[in-house]
Formats: sequence, C-alpha cells, structure tokens
Amino acid sequence: MIVLAFAVLAAICVLGAVRLRGAKWPWRDPRPVVVLWQALGLTWGLATTGALFAYGVEPFGLGVFRGLVALTAETVVSGPPPLGVDHYVALLLGTGLLGLLVGVLAVATVHVFRARRRHRAMLSLVGRGTPEVPGVLVLDHPAAAAYCVPGLRPQVVISEGTLRLLKDAELAAVLSHEEAHVRERHDLVLLPFAALRKALPFSEVVREAQSSVALLVEMCADDHARKRHGPRLLATALLRFGAAGHTPAPHGALGTVGSAQGEMLARVDRLLTPGPALPLRLRLGLFTVSTLLLLAPPLLWFLPA
Amino acid sequence: MDVLWAHAGPLTARDVSKAMADRDLAPTTVMTVLDRLTRKGFLLRERDGRAWRYRPAESRDAYVAELMLGALDMTGDRDAALARFAQSVTGSEAETLRRVLAELEEK
Repeated sequence: MIVLAFAVLAAICVLGAVRLRGAKWPWRDPRPVVVLWQALGLTWGLATTGALFAYGVEPFGLGVFRGLVALTAETVVSGPPPLGVDHYVALLLGTGLLGLLVGVLAVATVHVFRARRRHRAMLSLVGRGTPEVPGVLVLDHPAAAAYCVPGLRPQVVISEGTLRLLKDAELAAVLSHEEAHVRERHDLVLLPFAALRKALPFSEVVREAQSSVALLVEMCADDHARKRHGPRLLATALLRFGAAGHTPAPHGALGTVGSAQGEMLARVDRLLTPGPALPLRLRLGLFTVSTLLLLAPPLLWFLPA
Repeated sequence: MDVLWAHAGPLTARDVSKAMADRDLAPTTVMTVLDRLTRKGFLLRERDGRAWRYRPAESRDAYVAELMLGALDMTGDRDAALARFAQSVTGSEAETLRRVLAELEEK
C-alpha cells in the first residue's frame, strides 16, 4: 500500500513538473509557483527513495521508518534477514539514490561556497567603491555586468561598463533587483535545482525545471524593483543590458544564448504589459497543493504500515 | 596589493610599509597581510637574504577578467554562485532588443 502511495506521489511530482515547465501563466505571479517548484522537487526525492525503501522493508509490515529500524537491528543482532532478492535490490537502489541526491547537494554547496570565497577575495583586491553608488563595488571593465555575491554579507557588484551604459534612475532599478535576490536568498532557491541537474544530467525535465525556476526567480526580483522604480526604467535597463552585446557567444552554449533573448523579451514584455493578476482562488490552490505535497512524504515515511 | 602592482619588481615588507607611510600602518600589520595574501595564492615570494620579497601572482587586469568571466556566466552552465541581473545576447538577437528599446524610448 505504502509503496503504491509513494509511487503515485512521485508520479504526481513528475507530471506536475512536466506540466509546469515552460508554462507562461506563472509569470503573472511568480512567487507561489517558485514555492510549488520547491515542493515538487523535494517531494519527488523523498517519494522516490521512499517507494524503494518501502518495497524493501515490506515483509516486516511495520511501515518505512520502523521497518528500516527493524531491518538494521536484526542485521546487527543475527545477520541479514532472509528477504527476497527483489527486496534487497530495492533497498540498494533506494540507498544509492538517496546517497546520490544528498551527495550532489553537498558537493554543489561546497563548490558554490568555494567559488564565492575566491570571488570575494579577488573583489577585495580589485574592486573599488564609488561615491555615485555607496556600498556597491565597481570593476574596471568595459563590458556590462551587474550581479551580487549572495551570503551572510552580500555584496553587489557592477562594472564600469554598466555605469556608462545606464542612466542613474535605471541603475537604481537594477540595484533594487539585485537587492531582492539578496534579501530573498534566491541563490538557495536555485541551489537544489542546480544540484539535481548534476545528479540527472540527461533529464530534459530537470533541465527545463531549472531554467523555469531561474526565470521565475528573476521575475520575482523584477517585481520587487518594479514596485519601487516603475516598470519602464527596469525594462529599458534590461534592454540596454541585453543589447550591449560585448560578449562573444560561449562555446557549446548556443541553446542558452537563444533562450537568453527569449527570457529577456519575456521579462520586458511582462513589465510593460502585465497580465491580470492570478485569481485568489488559484493562488490559494497553489498554496494548498504545495503544503500537501510537503506534508505527504513525512507522513508516509512514518506511517506504521 | 596596489603598491605591488604599481611596482615592477618584487618588494620586501619594509618597502611596502615605506610606500604606504601615509596610511600609518605598523610594519607587523603589513607583514601579516602580505603573508595572508601569499597563503591565498595572490602573491608569490622568494627569499632574499633574511627577508622575503613579494610580487603579485597575476596582474590586476587578470583578476578583473576572471571576475567578469564569472559575472557574465561564460562558463556555460548556470552556476548558483552569483545572482546576475541579465545576460547579454549576441548578433541579430541584440538587434531585436535594440529595436524594442528604440520603440520604447520614442513613446
């Protein structure tokens, strides 16, 4: 029973992700959909591993968690219990998948923190402050770049090229966009999806899920900046940035370059001609589904058979 | 670091202190900083009698270039280390954006 419930739950997550990737309606209100994506990803991982473990310890009739405890206890006390080969295969696969998911997340986290530490160290050497925008570091480079190094002490950085490219009011809108990334810890939202991509590099769904979430997060930050500086300034800043085009196409990344323009136009378009806000009913529905998805796996893991 | 970049040859801690006399730093502070930068790989040092002579491992421009590479996400995969405002596009696509921008500014 529990095996079936887990399998259905995992299937719901995959179907949800398939339907949600590339959907345009979330652009009208990105935040609840970002939450839904998080729930889909986490629940998928817990449900898939849960299904494998549940099948493995089914003969104990104790549920997943207590079944695993009983299995471990029995193995320690009197050697491996005589379960069928299929149960052992399921246990092995479950352990492998759980290990893989936790492993890639850990590796991705360490990698990101190392990269940030090196980046910060170099910034402290070559970045300079500027009286025009206090608190922001400037890099002496002609190409346009604006970004932040997230963390406990976040740092917003712009290039000399950006200072020359944007009008003051546009720059303020861009900085407000970055501030939203920093404050809402969007980097942590994206980290698990980047890790999942590493774990399942051939999965189209995961790839599209990652770019969907990345775009939605940008739109969240756009909304933050729009509320303070108006849609027009942010839109012109985006277009100037995109059209600055100092950057040659990176090798082997043509696909992403093509979608970069699409994403840019999508962001500009929704700033200038925003669609109607999502109806309250739908937003409540999204919230309910996310909550149920997040509650289901722990419930099933600890259900006593 | 700027002192070392401005100077062609390797310098001792004492040279750096002298060059930064206006900042009123204790010589031990300068030595500590130089030592830390060396351990992080930003400086190289060699023995010269009883003192170390320090020189930058890379030019200032090389570091700026490396930072910009990360900033523009030229590595190809979207890594989660930085949060970027937008990516610029290339060639004919940039043309499309320029047209939209021009239309917008006329309004």
